[in-house]
Amino acid sequence: MSFLINVNNKDIEAREGETILDSLNREGLNVPTLCHLKGKLPTGSCRMCVVEDINSGRLVAACASPVYEGMKIQTHSHRVVESRKMIVELLLSNHPDDCLYCVRNKNCELQDLSDELQVRERRIKGKKNNINLDRSSPSIVRDPDKCILCGRCVRVCEEVMGVSCIDFINRGSDSFVGPAFNKSLNTSSCVKCGQCIMVCPTGALSEKSHFPELISMLNNPEKTVVVQYAPAISVSLAEEFDMPAGVDITGIMNAALRKIGFNYVFDTTFTADLTIMEEAGELAERINEGGKLPMITSCCPGWIKFAEQFYPDMLPNLSTCKSPQQMMGAVIKSYWAEKSEVKPDDIYSVSVMPCTAKKFEAQREEMTSKGISDVDAVITTRELGQLIRMYGIDINSMAPETTDSPLGSRSSAGKLFAASGGVMEAAMRTAYYMITGEELLRFKIEALRGMDGSKEASVKIGDMNVNVAVVNGLANARKLMEKVKKGEKEYHFIEVMACPGGCINGGGQHIGASEDEIKARMKTLYDIDDKETVKVSHKNPEIVELYEKFLGKPMGKKSHELLHTDYFKREVLL
Amino acid sequence: MENNFKEILTRYPEGSVENLIPILQDIQEAEGYLSEESVASVARYLDMPASKIYGEATFYNQFRFTPLGKYHVQVCCGTACHVLGAATVLEEIQKNIGVESGQTSKDGLFSLEVVACIGACGLAPVISVNGNFHAKVTGESIKEIMDNYRNQEKS
Repeated sequence: MSFLINVNNKDIEAREGETILDSLNREGLNVPTLCHLKGKLPTGSCRMCVVEDINSGRLVAACASPVYEGMKIQTHSHRVVESRKMIVELLLSNHPDDCLYCVRNKNCELQDLSDELQVRERRIKGKKNNINLDRSSPSIVRDPDKCILCGRCVRVCEEVMGVSCIDFINRGSDSFVGPAFNKSLNTSSCVKCGQCIMVCPTGALSEKSHFPELISMLNNPEKTVVVQYAPAISVSLAEEFDMPAGVDITGIMNAALRKIGFNYVFDTTFTADLTIMEEAGELAERINEGGKLPMITSCCPGWIKFAEQFYPDMLPNLSTCKSPQQMMGAVIKSYWAEKSEVKPDDIYSVSVMPCTAKKFEAQREEMTSKGISDVDAVITTRELGQLIRMYGIDINSMAPETTDSPLGSRSSAGKLFAASGGVMEAAMRTAYYMITGEELLRFKIEALRGMDGSKEASVKIGDMNVNVAVVNGLANARKLMEKVKKGEKEYHFIEVMACPGGCINGGGQHIGASEDEIKARMKTLYDIDDKETVKVSHKNPEIVELYEKFLGKPMGKKSHELLHTDYFKREVLL
Repeated sequence: MENNFKEILTRYPEGSVENLIPILQDIQEAEGYLSEESVASVARYLDMPASKIYGEATFYNQFRFTPLGKYHVQVCCGTACHVLGAATVLEEIQKNIGVESGQTSKDGLFSLEVVACIGACGLAPVISVNGNFHAKVTGESIKEIMDNYRNQEKS
């Protein structure tokens, strides 16, 4: 049922049961929010969104108050604005004054609000917090002094990720957010996905930077500095430079990376194709030889850590394939090093990822060969943006360039890795070919596309129906794992991506993107798949060459040495 | 120790999150504090993340997360004690044993707790060490009291 409510002396439509904020947003009317998370239950704790309810004469939180017929509200009356300003002043009263040094300078909701509300003097001086900066995690830096206790990270970690690593500790002015027993993040149940960074309004949570080492390596003439970038980067980097969401700037990015000083530029999508060759081979092997099913993807390091701590009994279900990042790292320091006559020791291998967990993955002990890491440094999409700005590169005036070869060509199937469901689609294409010797008639599996957290399909391969499931957001993975454990449905293959929507919405991506913008990134991937001619990983010419000249066959001895890994149960406080 | 928690947990239905506080109280009563192991057991038993339990427990003053010292010092900060200088007494004790409320000294000898009122207002400001009351303490008398306990250890 809908009715009219009066907002700022003008009638707008409202629907029974929705909040004031819902009605206002639909009409394009803005009130500032801080603790609000779109699509999640409101907590109404920050009071930033208060509006004046004329009938009751009270200030009510728009995010948590339902509309009613005959409602009259003022969203920017003097009283409302003064109240919001006071909230910001109180939040600033114990906030560090180091905006100039802060990673979120110029991209901070607290800064924006204090500007919007014209806070120009410090009227209220509070006792500053003095809680230890937590730099223990290879992925995430936690600075509780900058935290304004909005609780968005706590809710994302619990509701979207199903991890609940962090919560409010203590009470009143002593409150802060942290893991159980105030442990450091590296010893906690944190899976490093970085979704907490994506919702943090301030600089309280940020990625661990590898810049100082990276820059010294770029300036070290004895090192060959190579870079790879994930399938998701080219469709999201543009937003770092105020271009519209979903613009694909692969060529420009190649040129920019070379200008920064990277000696060789590779595309991780190449090893996404390689992952598919190995993973589809593994699936065929497990199906034919009665191996452990359902097989579950292993490209997502956040999911891997989640499984290692919450579902250790299901580790045999995980594909033994390393992720594309690690496969690329391994191939660069073996095949490519040999071919290019560079000593593996002299290669500094950098990857650009939409992800903070990739930083953690790169330093896992299993991801080394003879004491040499496959990948030496990982930077996020955001950090690549910073790097490009730091080197004074004008993205708008660059001529596109291609990647280096080999390790540069890709299929459009590999590109799909960036979105939830993409790994599955790509794997089905190649598994079909490996099992039947023929190509699939219809490549597109519509049921596995889109932003839904949980998707399913059944693909007929030969005379067998292969049941597949795709989940994103680890809370959905948890639900599916419980279902699998109870034997409610039999699946052959499951794809898990930790972040909602997949890597295009990873924890290393541009902060502040809306759901529509994430969908735009997704659409670009599907467009690429529609337009391009090499749509299957097994037809990527450089992949064919790699197997002919170096690896032999998928799941062969050399592959096992370089491209496969194992997992371990983790004892952490859950 | 694990068995100790298990016995306590069996008094409550599995998954009954509404019993969290009574469970934690029982464990603290038995163990003197809430250890990581005990919180992990409660987490599994109630199917509730350890971070939530820790968050809940730290909300209340009554829970501690370090084992009690051999001498458990309770400083009364109730109204009467407060008026007669409990703050100075507390500060002096913190300096003397080198820990803050809720903590235990490194040698395991003393632990400190601030309590609201121990019902001995006539003796204010008052502290209790392992249940023995010390009446009308002052900043100066603290050293003597604490040294007494230290000497007991040596002899």
